[in-house]
Amino acid sequence: MRRDVQKNLLLHGGVLVALFALQFVLPAYHHGNVARIMVLATYAMGYNLLFGYVDLLSLGHAVFFAAGLYGMGIAVSHLGVSAPLGLMIGVLAGGVVGAIIGALALRTEGVAFMIVTLMFAQAGYLIILYFGEITRGDEGFVIQQVDRLFFGGDLSDPFIRYYAAFTVFCISFLSILALLHSPFGKTLIAIRENQERAVMLGYNVMRFKLLAVIFSAALSALAGATYGLLFGYVGASFASVQYSIFPLLWVLLGGAGTALGPLVGVFFMFYLIDISSGMTTAYMLVAGVVLVGLTLFAPQGLMGEIRRRFWRWLP
Amino acid sequence: MTKPKTTQTTRRGALKTLALGGGAAATLPLWARYTSAQTAAPVKVGFQVHRTGIGAAYGRWYDRTTTAAAALINEQGGINGRPIEIVAEDDGTDPKRGAEVVEKFVSQHQCDVGFGTLFSHVVIGSAPRAGELKLPYFVVSEGHHVASGMLNRYTLQPGITDVKSQVQAMAPFVAENLGKKVTMIFPDFAFGHDHRDFFTAAIEAQGGEVLEHIAIPPTETSFTKYFPKIPRDTEVIYHVMVGPAVLTFVKELGEFFGPSRPEIFGFIDSLEAVDIASPGLEFLDGTYFWEGNPRYAQDNQSDYDAFFRARVGVDANGASISDPKDVSTYAHMFGCWETLHVIKAGMEAAGYQSAADRGKLIEAVEAIEEMPHSNAYPQGAKIFNGKTHQVFGHQYISKVVDGKLLLVHTTSIEDTLYPDEVDYTTQPL
Amino acid sequence: MDFGPYLMLATLEGAVTAAVLALTASGLALVFGIMRVVNVAHGEFFMLGAVLAWWVTDLMGATPVLGFAIALVVVPLMVAALATFADMTILKRINYDPERTIVATIGILYILQQVTLMTYGPDARPVTAPFNTRLALPWFERTEDGISLYWPWGLSITSYKLAVIGAAGGVLLGLWAVMKRSRLGLMMRATEQDREMALAFGIPVERIYALVFGMGAGLAALAAVLVVPIQQAHYLMGGDPLLLSFIVVIIGGLGSLPGTVLAALLIGLSDGIISVFFSPTLAKILATLLVAMLLVFRPQGMFGERRL
Repeated sequence: MRRDVQKNLLLHGGVLVALFALQFVLPAYHHGNVARIMVLATYAMGYNLLFGYVDLLSLGHAVFFAAGLYGMGIAVSHLGVSAPLGLMIGVLAGGVVGAIIGALALRTEGVAFMIVTLMFAQAGYLIILYFGEITRGDEGFVIQQVDRLFFGGDLSDPFIRYYAAFTVFCISFLSILALLHSPFGKTLIAIRENQERAVMLGYNVMRFKLLAVIFSAALSALAGATYGLLFGYVGASFASVQYSIFPLLWVLLGGAGTALGPLVGVFFMFYLIDISSGMTTAYMLVAGVVLVGLTLFAPQGLMGEIRRRFWRWLP
Repeated sequence: MTKPKTTQTTRRGALKTLALGGGAAATLPLWARYTSAQTAAPVKVGFQVHRTGIGAAYGRWYDRTTTAAAALINEQGGINGRPIEIVAEDDGTDPKRGAEVVEKFVSQHQCDVGFGTLFSHVVIGSAPRAGELKLPYFVVSEGHHVASGMLNRYTLQPGITDVKSQVQAMAPFVAENLGKKVTMIFPDFAFGHDHRDFFTAAIEAQGGEVLEHIAIPPTETSFTKYFPKIPRDTEVIYHVMVGPAVLTFVKELGEFFGPSRPEIFGFIDSLEAVDIASPGLEFLDGTYFWEGNPRYAQDNQSDYDAFFRARVGVDANGASISDPKDVSTYAHMFGCWETLHVIKAGMEAAGYQSAADRGKLIEAVEAIEEMPHSNAYPQGAKIFNGKTHQVFGHQYISKVVDGKLLLVHTTSIEDTLYPDEVDYTTQPL
Repeated sequence: MDFGPYLMLATLEGAVTAAVLALTASGLALVFGIMRVVNVAHGEFFMLGAVLAWWVTDLMGATPVLGFAIALVVVPLMVAALATFADMTILKRINYDPERTIVATIGILYILQQVTLMTYGPDARPVTAPFNTRLALPWFERTEDGISLYWPWGLSITSYKLAVIGAAGGVLLGLWAVMKRSRLGLMMRATEQDREMALAFGIPVERIYALVFGMGAGLAALAAVLVVPIQQAHYLMGGDPLLLSFIVVIIGGLGSLPGTVLAALLIGLSDGIISVFFSPTLAKILATLLVAMLLVFRPQGMFGERRL
């Protein structure tokens, strides 16, 4: 057990150090990509918290990402607040939307939960379009460079952007690890393993699940708000169904219920599209074939497969 | 009403001759053409193309037009004696991927400029990155985003007019010839809202009024249920739709009215890349359309239009020469052709050598004032406003007669002008 | 338009939507109910149906009526064959594991979309309806002489749309008869209720699964062939039918065919009728929230008894 803990510390610490060090060696294009991947991985980790550890399959996480994106974007662009405050407003917006949707959707389970979250997300997408005066509908709007100063740091500068993305990733990654090792996280896993038993032991299962939804939504919103600040664009396409399916795909690819799975899944999918689109215009075909192949040959996702075959101690 | 003013008159003269010239180089043998340049390495134009996603029907024709224009420019000796190379990357009609593609142009392909984006959300998602990376970004989108001041010094739209000027130029014709009581049907997103806001104001200026605005949700696939919202005393229906369901929309509009329809005025976007002679569209006979560029070759077709058609491979009906069922996006795609020629003109005026001259290129394009009707600008003469980075030009109104679009009115450029909303030249390079 | 005729028009349009939706969703319900897997590629089988219908009628060229008749028979079979193939080569090998099936069918979705884009292209292409007459409809009004009929402006439907409603009804009745009355239906229901027991009784469960997956896709394709003269074939048209079918299947109560049909009616009609009262986008928002709330407060669906 002790050695496993050491191995874990070594591996996860190593990944963080590697991500930090990468910025010094990467060429400009990949430098920008890794910054992007870390933000999207935060989104995927938010999703994984719910899907991997509580076994709740949501098809509506785009609404949380978009709540962060628009919460930040509207605050910064229309209300003129500073970027750090905008970021907090974004995360708060995600938490509130998560609380409302969670409280309603948790009355259902299984496939009904999938559909209810999907419907709420769809309504959220339409609401963004409906209030086109503020949101500029599908077209979205630009966060101007002057509004993207974070305590004096210009987030449009590639190095500052990389640091920002890295910081957000680290905070999310470490807080999830801490959460999972806390009594709260252990209870969540206990609920996943055997809900009836958890109920009999006197746990208020609903409350735990709701807190998990809120936390997951807030992390997704953090990713959304960060994405908007780092790349200067707020748009409704991020609220569409596609962006609800992406985190599911990333997490399943990387390995649901593993700490590094979300990062690996985003990395894999991002470069799969990027590299194959350089070679052929039919890159979606390549992506499709690879997805089918993965389900056939790596059923538990990439990290899940590594855990099964080599590193049984992986969290 | 403001007229674009030139800030650097010295360059202007040079530009005019360059824009018209170029043809002379075509007479040189191939090996001699590129020798005048200090480097014979190609000028790389990053082409952001909608190959997949909702914009794919447009993207394919943008692709063909761009390829044809690049071939022509290369035949004529390239840019500053260097050949032009199109580096195409699919953006999936997605703003997130669009921004990534812009980064790829700059850092991986070492492109000199970015070019060719159509869908507004992709433009708005990509433009911030283009500005930060100081990549001159030439969009062909017809959105009002450039001239509204939302974007930045590095984003320009010199090859296609924007929706605000198109829409306001239609109002006089509609009010005089079709009627003053209008009902508008448009998609419920930003592009549709621009139509709603600009046309409503313009028709009121003509003494008309809009009785009802009917905004259709963008995912809709059946439309009849919305048509009863059209007030009975409507004299003109103004419609603009985009996306794969456009044909259903127009067909159902016809079925709804049956034999007793009001006048109908539409933007050709509602039927771009769709054959006017498709089953169910017979009722369109006698209705009117805005066209960015007349799809059917007219009797008084200019030589420039004929040249453009031949080079891109489009027949007199606006369809592909190799497949008459493959209808082009004729009202928009000329923008790619003309924008590439603006890039050429700008680079030659700026003496563009390498990426270090990108700022000079922006200034040179900002200095362009007039674009004459020519093989380089086959859609018609244009005026470029260097402050707002937006071009202004003639608009066409056609009537459907026997299943073809017959040009009935050409607006003046003055009809399309409006006061400046931004001065990008005050932003640093 | 007056309120009465408007409501009637919206109801008729809703009925057309409902008919197509009922067919598509019943395909998904079969797969969902019997195989317990979520087929994310269901909408793409719908899309393939429409695209192949265009292809068949285009091949037949001069005789659109005959071409359409052939498409109506051949296309669902082609799509069913393709789906069966996908089931045997992919889904069977991953043991119908729910999560892996989602990823695998997303993969299939990408493949079908891209192949269609590369072969058929990005255009929306129309198919000529075999018959299409505009039928103006009457409405009544109270006058001094009692109730009299008149022909309100705009109140009409086409003969083809009526035929779609009829055809969908016929197919659904047929499907119901197969499920309830035939030996095949019996085997399917046995598999649905208890896979292990069915195996023990010598029912070829694997073949039933392949058949059900094919049938589900075939029903989606059939719905698409029916609707393609009203809408057009486009390579991205599969998204909406997929989402709507999901909703219908859940609201109808999993695997319950009458429930699915009723839910399709509810969704189709409410979409039409709510649009009478509100601006279009607001109507869509309200209709979406209504469905979500319905599920929140009746998670087992309106007509189902089982929970999943």
